[in-house]
Amino acid sequence: MTAVPADGLDAGAEGADRAGGAAGADGGESYRLNVDGFLRTVNGASIGDSLLTVLRDTLGVTAVKDACEQGRCGACSVLLDGRLAASCTVLAADADGTRVVTVAGLGGAGLARAVRAMFLAEGAVQCGFCTPGFVVAVTDLLTRHPDADEEEIREALAGNICRCTGYGRILAAVRAVQAERGALRSGDAHSSGETQRHGETQRHSDGGPDGW
Amino acid sequence: MGGEAVSGGIGRSVRRPDGPDKASGVFRYAGDLRVPGMLHARTLRSPHPRARLGRIDAAAARRLPGVAAVVTAADVPGVATYGLIVADQPVFAAAEVRYAGEPVAAVAAVDVATARRALAAIEVDYEPLPPSTDPERVLAADAESLHPAGNLFREIDIRHGEPGVDGPVVVEDRYVVGMQDQAFLAPEAALVSPAADGGVDLLVATQWLHSDREQLAACLGIPENLVRLTLAGVGGAFGGREDVTLQIHGALLARATGAPVRIAYDRVESFLGHPHRHPARMWFRHTATADGELVSVQANVVLDGGAYASSSPAVLANAVTHAAGPYRVPHTRLRGVAVRTNNPPCGAMRGFGVPQVTIGHEAQMDRLADALGMDPVELRIRNAVRPGDVLPTGQVLGAPLPARELIQLVAARPLPPPPTADVTGLALPGGLPAAAEPGRVRRGVGYALAYKNLLFSEGMDDSSAARVRLDLTDDGTPRVRVHSACAEVGQGFVTIAGQIARTELGVEQVVLAPADTAVGSAGSTSASRQTWMSGGAVRGACVAVADRLLARVARAADLPAEVVEAPRRTLRIAAGHIVGVEAGLRIGIADALAEGPIEADYTFHHRRTTALDAEGQGDPHVAFAGAAHRAVVDVDIDLGLVRVVSMALAQDCGTVLNPLSLRGQVEGGTAQGLGLALMEELITVDGVVVNPTFHDYLLPTIADVPDLDFVAVTEPQPDAPYGVKGVGEAPTCTATPAIVAAIRAAVGRDLRRVPVRPQDLVDLPTRPDLPTGSDLPTGSDVPAGVDVPTRAGVDPAGGASTA
Repeated sequence: MTAVPADGLDAGAEGADRAGGAAGADGGESYRLNVDGFLRTVNGASIGDSLLTVLRDTLGVTAVKDACEQGRCGACSVLLDGRLAASCTVLAADADGTRVVTVAGLGGAGLARAVRAMFLAEGAVQCGFCTPGFVVAVTDLLTRHPDADEEEIREALAGNICRCTGYGRILAAVRAVQAERGALRSGDAHSSGETQRHGETQRHSDGGPDGW
Repeated sequence: MGGEAVSGGIGRSVRRPDGPDKASGVFRYAGDLRVPGMLHARTLRSPHPRARLGRIDAAAARRLPGVAAVVTAADVPGVATYGLIVADQPVFAAAEVRYAGEPVAAVAAVDVATARRALAAIEVDYEPLPPSTDPERVLAADAESLHPAGNLFREIDIRHGEPGVDGPVVVEDRYVVGMQDQAFLAPEAALVSPAADGGVDLLVATQWLHSDREQLAACLGIPENLVRLTLAGVGGAFGGREDVTLQIHGALLARATGAPVRIAYDRVESFLGHPHRHPARMWFRHTATADGELVSVQANVVLDGGAYASSSPAVLANAVTHAAGPYRVPHTRLRGVAVRTNNPPCGAMRGFGVPQVTIGHEAQMDRLADALGMDPVELRIRNAVRPGDVLPTGQVLGAPLPARELIQLVAARPLPPPPTADVTGLALPGGLPAAAEPGRVRRGVGYALAYKNLLFSEGMDDSSAARVRLDLTDDGTPRVRVHSACAEVGQGFVTIAGQIARTELGVEQVVLAPADTAVGSAGSTSASRQTWMSGGAVRGACVAVADRLLARVARAADLPAEVVEAPRRTLRIAAGHIVGVEAGLRIGIADALAEGPIEADYTFHHRRTTALDAEGQGDPHVAFAGAAHRAVVDVDIDLGLVRVVSMALAQDCGTVLNPLSLRGQVEGGTAQGLGLALMEELITVDGVVVNPTFHDYLLPTIADVPDLDFVAVTEPQPDAPYGVKGVGEAPTCTATPAIVAAIRAAVGRDLRRVPVRPQDLVDLPTRPDLPTGSDLPTGSDVPAGVDVPTRAGVDPAGGASTA
């Protein structure tokens, strides 16, 4: 009898970790991905490789985390042309021609900076493995719905699993970002001193990946 | 201490030092590590829960281009088995396979795809045998022995008070708890490199570096000093990384190939690869006086340890010694066994045996209240233990353990507004996809009280060592370097260590050396122990450094010899300075370090405990932490869906070193207890796990977990550094039974099985072809496995009764 490997279910990851460079033994594809603003050439990945596998194992973008490979945990969340996606459920070859933005590409200013800062200030980071995915998902949410209420926040983030925090501090971080940015907006109406900061913030949050 | 406090010291909500890297994606977890030229390893696992293992033919696999090595049991040079407490688990199965998922071989290849093809090319002759999967049958006289060491991991029998003494009010029942998984988010991974000296270097995500080293060295057949481990980034643990999983396999492959090896699991393999929380079958009999004072508690606990021992003996001790809960009970008979089956191995998970018995004893307290016509909170208040009380083991309960105050505090928290007929969406059971009909929702409120032991028990001296060095940076700023082997798994030890060093040494800049085996053992990151134990070690080393610093200053200032001998009488450390008011002295720490750095080692020990004697008597636990939860739930009585509306927690926390970390621990612990109450269960059919994915093993999401209304009781623990207590485990013990109690209150059903499923709440059409997980056995009322407690004068066939 031939044994079945326990990970045999995982056909989608066939070809993972293939050494980059030359095409693989079973005929790899060559294409280019726009990752965090850089055009990256993908050589030797299998046609069945997920975007998550190619990001992590072919391109070395380990800021995207791999926890379930089923689209159930959100640890591998990225933005594809500005839309939130679980990169394990997207074929890498299908992402050719889209702009892929990971947590590393959200940028050091504006909304994403505020999200990261509030995750730290409010204690939303423990082991941190879910954090990159959460930062992407929260940034996406607050870009689309800056004033999301509690139910909208919980609905929007229900695709991201955190095993450490019980979500209380994550919710607190989201609320803190909303409060900070709400104060910036109201400050705009009453204080010329805040206007300049507000203007910068708006410019960053409108600019796509570079603007975040 | 005293005077100007340094910023970032104890008591403050200091932020995590590793937080910025984690939030930006820069932080390197074990699975993120890559080195040039590394090989990729994968593990071959048995599909059978039990089989005679014949020939393993790896010749075809070895011939595949790109395959560097295949290793099996024949390639283990040292001891063939390993284990946390007893070495009964083969590195690779030999002769017999004892659980579905047991490693049989491992492969290293140039890439993962090749490694997977190699696994498929290994021919293994299995002769399947009938698995023994019922934990209540494996100790029967005619049961087949599943291992040379037999089927009994441990039996404990605690007798306290007079046998056969009963109160007039009797409640008796049995309860079942399913198999929960730690489901830490980052699957197992390690990078293993062979060394020129014949040793091996591991970068690995683990909870206990030195225990891994000991087991690795024995199985590799090399001295421990040639096995060097460094902690890689750990993405959660919760007990699931206390056992060795892929470490030895990776080391064998690295030594066989002479190349660095990356070995990693995916989610399916993670579910199969580490031990889980023990499923439990429990029988309880409580008796009380007519006015609600407990007279006797009897319990009989069967823990299914699965195929290998892991930490089963210690988990059983926790389960049995805590089985009566934090109540004063004059007469107890608490018994239990942990047994071997052909189910997946079970071991450590947050709470370590206590969550299971808490589910039982708290259900019993509610039933007793019902039988007495008494309020369940009032019954708990009336019977709550107090410091000075004698526990079932004969141990005298130390202070503080404010059990009565905890249940009073949590009961006094404001309740959420009642459900209204016009609620929608997430406010209804079933949430977003399956919102219930508002008029068909019933509300329930439930309580649970528990205590959980802290640190290792039963005479273990689980000490922790730390090394602290105080020196100057290149720009002349004082800096503290802390070296501890404490595994940071997310709990925040790295934050606490910095806070302690700042407080003791008055220096803001603290760096943590990587946790590794170059320093003494810190013990395991488990048992709510690291803030106390490794916090104590860091504090001790800092105090030793401070003493030398002060003595140096006293000598330099020509202070009298008696001051140099005992400088703390005159000098103290303030922020950045050494201050001596009487001596009129104030010297910068940087100036005092000009003549050189100061370094000290310290090993912290907790007070000694004792083993249990034949009657289950002793002084087994160092200390306890208490917790009380109140849960409010809404249940859809048509669909059997549950929404947890609110959770309130009062917890006995000791001195709080970091309020933000504390809050994170109790909220996370509550959520894991919620998962066990409502959704988390690894389901086995004839020993085979049928749901080893996040698609089928459900975890609480942000849509499931309500805000936690949290009250901390902060009475200091006298024998702990700064008066701390461990805080991570107690809330996991109480969250589950509080939620189940609330559901019982809402629907009026007994609910003797956890997790509670929709089919337990409404009478659904059954699908006999679908697996349902471990159900209440239909056989005897009392778990078999140990003989029933007739010796205590109890008729095991007698049901719940009110005399």
